[in-house]
Amino acid sequence: MMQEGIAFTPQLAASGVTRILWLVPAVPMVAAGMIALMKQPRRKPAAALAIGSLAFSLLVALTAFAHVVTGWAHGQAVRETVNFTWMQVGTSGVDLGWVLDPLSAIMMVMVCFVGLLIFIYSVGYMAHDENFTRYFCFVALFAGAMLGVVISNSLLLLFMCWEIVGLTSYLLIGFWYQKPSAAAAAKKAFITTRVGDIFFLLGMVWLFAQTGTTLFYNHGGGSLEPLALVSLLTQHAGLGLTAAGAIGLLIFCGAAGKSGQVPLHVWLPDAMEGPTPVSALIHAATMVAAGVYLVARVYPLMSAGALTGGTTTALIVVTWVGSITAVFAALIAIGQNDIKRILAYSTVSQLGYMMAGLGLGGVAIGMFHLITHAFFKALLFMGAGSVIHGCHEEQDVRKMGGLKADMPLTFVTYAVGMLALCGVPIFFSGFWSKDAILESAHGWALSQVPYWLLVFGAVLTAFYMTRQVSYVFFGTWRGHKTAHESPAVMTIPLAILAFFAITLGILGTPAWPWFRAFLGNHAAGVEWHAFLEPSWLLLLLSSCVIVTLGIGAAWWLYGNKSPAAEEPDALEKAVPWVWAALRDRLYVDELYGVTVIAFYKWWARVSDWLDRRVWGGIVATVMWTFRGWAQLNRLMDMYWVDGTFDKGCEELATSGGLLARVQTGRVRTYLRILALAVVVLAAILIWSSRG
Amino acid sequence: MTPLVAHLLVAALVFAIGLGGALTRRNAILVLIGIELMLNAANLNLIAFWRYGPHPEALTGMMFAIFSIAVAAAEAAVGLGLVIHIYRHTHTTDLDEMNRMKG
Amino acid sequence: MSVVFYLLSALTVGGALAAVLMKNTVHCVLALTVAFAGLALLFLGLDAQFAGFAQIMVYIGAVAILVVFAILMTKGSETPTEPVHSGSWYVGLAIAAGVFAVLGSVILDSVWGLPNETAVPAVTVRDIGNALVGRYVLPLEVVALLLTAALIGAVIVAMHEKARSK
Repeated sequence: MMQEGIAFTPQLAASGVTRILWLVPAVPMVAAGMIALMKQPRRKPAAALAIGSLAFSLLVALTAFAHVVTGWAHGQAVRETVNFTWMQVGTSGVDLGWVLDPLSAIMMVMVCFVGLLIFIYSVGYMAHDENFTRYFCFVALFAGAMLGVVISNSLLLLFMCWEIVGLTSYLLIGFWYQKPSAAAAAKKAFITTRVGDIFFLLGMVWLFAQTGTTLFYNHGGGSLEPLALVSLLTQHAGLGLTAAGAIGLLIFCGAAGKSGQVPLHVWLPDAMEGPTPVSALIHAATMVAAGVYLVARVYPLMSAGALTGGTTTALIVVTWVGSITAVFAALIAIGQNDIKRILAYSTVSQLGYMMAGLGLGGVAIGMFHLITHAFFKALLFMGAGSVIHGCHEEQDVRKMGGLKADMPLTFVTYAVGMLALCGVPIFFSGFWSKDAILESAHGWALSQVPYWLLVFGAVLTAFYMTRQVSYVFFGTWRGHKTAHESPAVMTIPLAILAFFAITLGILGTPAWPWFRAFLGNHAAGVEWHAFLEPSWLLLLLSSCVIVTLGIGAAWWLYGNKSPAAEEPDALEKAVPWVWAALRDRLYVDELYGVTVIAFYKWWARVSDWLDRRVWGGIVATVMWTFRGWAQLNRLMDMYWVDGTFDKGCEELATSGGLLARVQTGRVRTYLRILALAVVVLAAILIWSSRG
Repeated sequence: MTPLVAHLLVAALVFAIGLGGALTRRNAILVLIGIELMLNAANLNLIAFWRYGPHPEALTGMMFAIFSIAVAAAEAAVGLGLVIHIYRHTHTTDLDEMNRMKG
Repeated sequence: MSVVFYLLSALTVGGALAAVLMKNTVHCVLALTVAFAGLALLFLGLDAQFAGFAQIMVYIGAVAILVVFAILMTKGSETPTEPVHSGSWYVGLAIAAGVFAVLGSVILDSVWGLPNETAVPAVTVRDIGNALVGRYVLPLEVVALLLTAALIGAVIVAMHEKARSK
């Protein structure tokens, strides 16, 4: 139960559906491109393109899923890959490809289905927005990129799609970019995930350098296959880690950034600046789950060479980070007043659960909670969107109340989601998935602290969700205008999701552990007596206690009362300083502001000084040198060259003038000279001949 | 002093006088007069040598003198014509004022 | 040397001196005429009758008259206001003296290989005429050309501008 060794039989040749699997991410991306290139934004074609492309992807995904399920049912593991060389550099090259196995199949179906429902919901939610087509372009691109992450068989291709996912997240958070808070939130999201991505990149490069391939599965030559893993285990990377563990941890850093683990969680609550469907799709169901999915994907790497107590250092780190995140975020969620922010912190907390589940129990445990959480968190966000829509864009819970009468459909579906999230036993999927995690935590050999942290987190979850629901739906209406129910295009997806929030639990009960079996590639039979096992009964009891404790405490504090918005919160009255810390998000942002951002600002100033004074100074010196040289040349030319030349000419002119004096212009003078010359010549001749 | 020498001396004297006049007088016409005197002195020289020379019947000296007279006359005519022309432009015959060819 | 010679020489030299020294230009010309006359008589004394008469006819009869005309046309007959000799007349005098010195010394120092007394040449005008068209026909023609050119040239040069521009 600890390590789910996924033993797959040698891979078969790629089947037909695997060969066309690339269509699943490609079609939505192409749709996004087509929407982007539309000359005039037209709503119906844009929505139709996006929804149609994702529906098509869903069809292909379902076909692939059916293929995998039939394979599994017949006892044949399905892991089919299609690989191709992307870049050839001499003899080595970089390969890309996609893989169809149970993990990617189930994730694909979830992303397509939830995405499709949210797309349909968005048609109603964004109906009044003027940037309707831009929205659908971005979400379609996001869907394509997310599906690319899911089916990718190459860490490099995964990273490329990962980056596109991050880009679309940025674009969608900052969708209303005229709002400075939205633009700042988008920037924050991008930069924070970037910090994680740096380590991801390092891990990827290291893996490529060690194994010589970026592919996960390549008929025995992939980096997650036994041959490569053995070579990675033999390398030691310091700090008591093997190369496998170190690479795994580096990749986990990237996952931590995307999935909002502490300390990189700060961007997720601020990401609520985007439209609510965006929050539902990206920041609840899919993108944040990408980090969890990544860890599940490279799980063989992280779990390789299980040493201490049957687990590896990498997985220990994952467990602790997850557990701490679960509690940390749940605490902060208690002190928030914005309906979406409560849900955002709840998401962070649940992501912590998923990571802890991966670390404690393996791929199936973590992934099951991911799948159930996707449905009920999307449901909750969309419900919140419906509430916001109905309350005329009001988001403060203290200004709502009594909506169970005004918005019954929303109330019912929201209640289902809330109960699922709290983990109310038996009927709601959240119970089964969270229970599985608690069970593995309880059975963890190394320490029981994660178990108690997770239990405490569950109590807090029930507490803050009840607080939120009582503020929003119970009590009296504290807003201005009366609230109204949302249109059918928004409530029908809610209903569908509520249905799944209830029924998905069936896939993970101990009686029929289909999910675990499916991902672990072993048969699963229905065993009703599993319900009678003492360990499971104990778990059921503890869950009932947790839920009752949480809901009861919150109901006692908040219940049907509806304090006015200006009044202090009931908890605040009880423990004011605790309340203040929780409301201020446990000062993580402030800490970052003082340390990282302050350092960055200082560094920017230093660089500016360097640039202006030092490099600028050098350039200026060179310039002045040349100028001085030019001046020197000029002076030399002016005085020396010209001087000598001019002097020479002057002398010539003067001498010419002097010589010209001979030409007096007077005939008499000429005559005299003539006569004199003759006399002299004659005298010379005569006396020379004589003498 | 043979007659030849005497005539030659007279010619030399007249020549010198004519030269002195040409070199000292300011009036252009008087310069021309001096030049005429010089030419005449040369003619006297020629005739003197013809008369006391070896072959007077060859008439060489006489011819030379006659042609000299003709040429001198022509030259005097042209020269005086020039002086008149210049006088018309500058209204003076003073050579000191004719220095436009001054360099 | 006969007295006639000395008289004639004195006349010529005096006339020449007067020609160059006088203030009034017309007087100069008249003195020049006297000098010409003296020279003509000297020619006659040398048995060069043709040259002598030619001298009288051409020089006195044409050149001197021409000079007078020129003087009159250039208003030289008026009493001169400025000194007639140039400021540096001694230079000219010196040069002339030098010339005379040289010539004189040459003449006096020469040893003439010529007989003191020679027969009077029997030269007739017919001989001169024969010589002119015989031996000296080329110079004759050239001189004729020269005189024609001088005639035309002098007329053109001295013509009134207005007449020329028409």
